[in-house]
Formats: sequence, structure tokens, C-alpha cells
Amino acid sequence: MTNTAEMKQVPFVGYLKLTPGDPHLVAHECRACGARFFDRRNLCARCFAANFDEVRVATQGTLRSFTIVSFAGPGVDVPFVAGLIDCDGTTVRGNIINCAPTADAVTLGMPVQLATYSVGVDQNGVEAINYGFEPVQQESAQ
Amino acid sequence: MSASEEVWILGINMTKFGKHPDLDAVDLAANAVIAALADGGVTMADIGVVAAGNLLGGGAASGQNILKQVGQTGVPIYNVSNACATGATAIRTVVMAIRAGEVDMGLAIGVEKLSGVGLLGAQGNTGSGAWEAKGRYGAVGPIDGRIGTAAMPGVFAQVGMEYLHAYGQTDVSVFAKISEKNHQHSTLNPLAAYSKAMTYDQIVNDVMISYPNTRSMCSANCDGAAAAVLVSGSKLKTLSLEQKRRAVKISASVLTSDPYQEASQVLPDVNTLTKNAAKIAYEQAGVGPQDLDLVELHDCFATAELVHYDNLGLCAPGDAVAFFESGAPWRNGSTPVNVSGGLQSKGHPISATGIANVWEICHHLRGEAGDRQIEGAKVGLAHVIGLGSACGVHVLEK
Repeated sequence: MTNTAEMKQVPFVGYLKLTPGDPHLVAHECRACGARFFDRRNLCARCFAANFDEVRVATQGTLRSFTIVSFAGPGVDVPFVAGLIDCDGTTVRGNIINCAPTADAVTLGMPVQLATYSVGVDQNGVEAINYGFEPVQQESAQ
Repeated sequence: MSASEEVWILGINMTKFGKHPDLDAVDLAANAVIAALADGGVTMADIGVVAAGNLLGGGAASGQNILKQVGQTGVPIYNVSNACATGATAIRTVVMAIRAGEVDMGLAIGVEKLSGVGLLGAQGNTGSGAWEAKGRYGAVGPIDGRIGTAAMPGVFAQVGMEYLHAYGQTDVSVFAKISEKNHQHSTLNPLAAYSKAMTYDQIVNDVMISYPNTRSMCSANCDGAAAAVLVSGSKLKTLSLEQKRRAVKISASVLTSDPYQEASQVLPDVNTLTKNAAKIAYEQAGVGPQDLDLVELHDCFATAELVHYDNLGLCAPGDAVAFFESGAPWRNGSTPVNVSGGLQSKGHPISATGIANVWEICHHLRGEAGDRQIEGAKVGLAHVIGLGSACGVHVLEK
């Protein structure tokens, strides 16, 4: 199938905003206590309040924990690096991308930044864009 | 306990863990129940309440179906489900019924057929079609492998790595050394699924599952069942001298869930609820971690055992690596941990685990543990974690 129209893009998850030149994550922040959540909310898990604001999450962070997955469910490409990123006090789950999946290349506490990539194009010609975190180049880290 | 009524374990049993191709889950559970009743010197006619757990049987091994094989007495049955804390939840349910004064004797059962079951938690990444936002995260496709990992070995790998990072450590070798300890301990346990010693080199060079967890650092999927007969203190007084002699006191019975913490909805938090459960358990029992003669804790992965040294207060905050390196959790150390071989070697038939851990402690407190007996054991603690999360802690005393 040829696709002549400009390709439509969708974020892989609702909390990824594909602002041109400025992709970033957003969280639901409890207006009462400041707790942040990435999912659709009923009430705040911490203080039970009902009102949330959508807030921007820092795109730079440090790697708080990780694992290198060598064995996964069907259809999951391995190896890949799964991690927890501390983005200025908000912990984000994501893969470490643009980096060798080895214990030499990935280290606890290393600085990382948000990056996006294409997951693929569906039958309707829509491209899904996902996020990951990539190591910050040494020069810019200093 | 805060309530006046004490609760004791009168009879308890675990089946051999491992492969049981000729027994279904009901057979396994029935074997454990029959043996636990015999161990306690009672019959189904004495049992006033049943709590039963089985996660993967699709209802085939309900408490009702088990009782249809061992004694269909019409008593209330609570089928309980709390992930890997299901067995502890069954015990806790019976404890509550006895303490509430509704019954004076009850039965807790846990059983699982898990041999040959693969990776738990993995959701996979198959299927496609059109990108369509679904679910609470508005995801247009499966997120496992694209936004972190849902599979247990990776989730718990991150739990252990997070602990190292929090305390400024980078050496992951401690995890394989923990596994070496548990595999060594299992050589003395005839009921363990695996009872082979493994060297550090064999462990780190085994198939990598989710760094730093290799295959031998993961809990063993296997078949097994365990059952316990619980009795009130006042009822126990009316029983025989032999029954009283072998009864083990439940000094604390605690179940907690994970309270809100930053990041607890990003990576399951197995720490806070364990710390909370331990604190309540030590208060209920009037004992401290220094009083424990042995501990069976939830080493579903080597990376999990490390953090629970700290969570259960077996060491000072941040000192789990040093605690291990001191030799303390080896069976000849100051606080033997997982002398059964732990989930990594004894095996982890999920719903049975929270009762089998209690059985292990009782076995030592009764002085019946044979070659692996911890001499003079008087106080022990059994801990389980179900991801999501639930934590069960029982303190047992003789």
C-alpha cells in the first residue's frame, strides 16, 4: 500500500506529548498534595483528593535502577534495558535506548535524557512514537 | 497478640516440592491436608473454617473441590487470592476467624501446579492491527518491553539494583553469593525441588534471565502444596499432652499492603509494606530481630533477598550487603536465613509458599528438622511478598 498523504503520528502512551522539537512527558499532579501519576485517575492515592493538573515532567534525569532483560514474553525483542529514571524528583519507567545493552555501558546513577523513536506504522498508515531515555553525551554532562 | 485469644499451629505439612506429573492440584492439596490433620491429631470434623489459595488452577483447586476429596463438612470456605502472599493470607484469614471467636479450629491450604510454567508477569508483545489508545495509560500497543519490563525477574532485578544505588554501591556480586548460600542450604532439605549445591561461578555463568539475575538466581517454578491446622489457645488446653507439646504459638500474624510512596506506581514497592509488617509483628510478638533464631524470607529472586535483610530489620538501614558479607544469614551464622534453600532452590509453588515457610520454621522449633536443624531454635519469622503488593509476616515461638 502506498501512502502519499503526510504520515499521521500518535504517541505510544497518553502521557507522552509529541510537541514538535520538544517531546516530553506529562503527569497528573494532585492539586492538594503534589503527588504525580501517569495513569488515568479516580482519586489521589496519597491524599484522596479529586483534582489534578497536567504538569510537564523533566526530560533529563539520572538512572535510579535498571535491569538488562535477556528473556521476555513472546514478541518482545531482547536484550533491552529497562530502567527507573529519577527526573528531578519524579520517577519514570522507561527503556534505556541508543546505548549498548551491557553492564559496561549502563551504570547506576548515569545521566540520561528523553528520546523518541518510531514503534512502527499500522495498517492505516499511522506511526506510533514511543519514548525512551538515552545516555547524555559526556561533553554535555559536564 | 493484642487480642486475648492466642492462636497456635496444631498440625502442619508441606508436600515434596518439585515435579508431580501424576498428581493434580487437588491431589497435592489433599495430601497436605490429610498429613496436616494427622500431624495435629484431629480430623475434618474438628475444623470450623477453611481458607484456601490457588492462583493458576482456574478454580479447579478451590477449597470446595479439595474438601470434596478429604471431607465435605459444609463449613465456610474462603478462597483467597493475594499473589505470592496467598498462603500467608490463608493463614491470616483463619487466625482472624479464631481471634474473632467464631471458631476454635481452622484449616489453611495453599497449592500450585507450576512445573513448566514460564516467565511470570511477562505480558508479551504480540498482536497489532491499528494503533488505538487503550487502558489507563492510553497506550496504543502492549508496553511490556517498550516501557520497561513487566516480567518478574526484571522487576525484582530493579528492586535489588535500586537498593545498591540508594546506598552508593555498585558491586552486584552479592546477589550471586546469596544464591550460592540458598542452593547450599537446600542440600539438607529432602523436600526441596532442587537440592544441589552450586558454586558462585556456576551461578553467574548460568543462563542470563534479567541482569543481574541468572536462571539459578530466580525462584524455581514447581508443584507443591502446604496446609496448616490452627487452634485457639483455650481449645488447645483441652487437647492431649502430646498435642500441646508439639503446638507452635503464632506470636504475630500480620498482613499489609503497599502504602503510597513516590514511584510506587512505577515500580512495585516491596519495601515499605515489609518494613511496616515487620514493625507490627515485632510489637505484637514482643520480640526483636535480634531474638530470631531463623528467618524464612521471600527470596523470589536473589535481588529480593538482599533488600529484605534491611526491610525486616535484620541489619541496620543500608547495611544489607555488609550483613550478608559477615556470614550472618548462612545456617551457621547469627541470623540464619532460608535454611530450607529458599524459593530459589526449595521452589516456589506460589500459593503454597506462605504456608511452607511457616512449616519450615515450625519444623525447627519442634526440633524435627533432622540434618538441617537449627539447634535450640525458639523463635522464627516467616515472610512473603505478593507483588502488587501484599506482605505477610508470621512470628512463631515454641
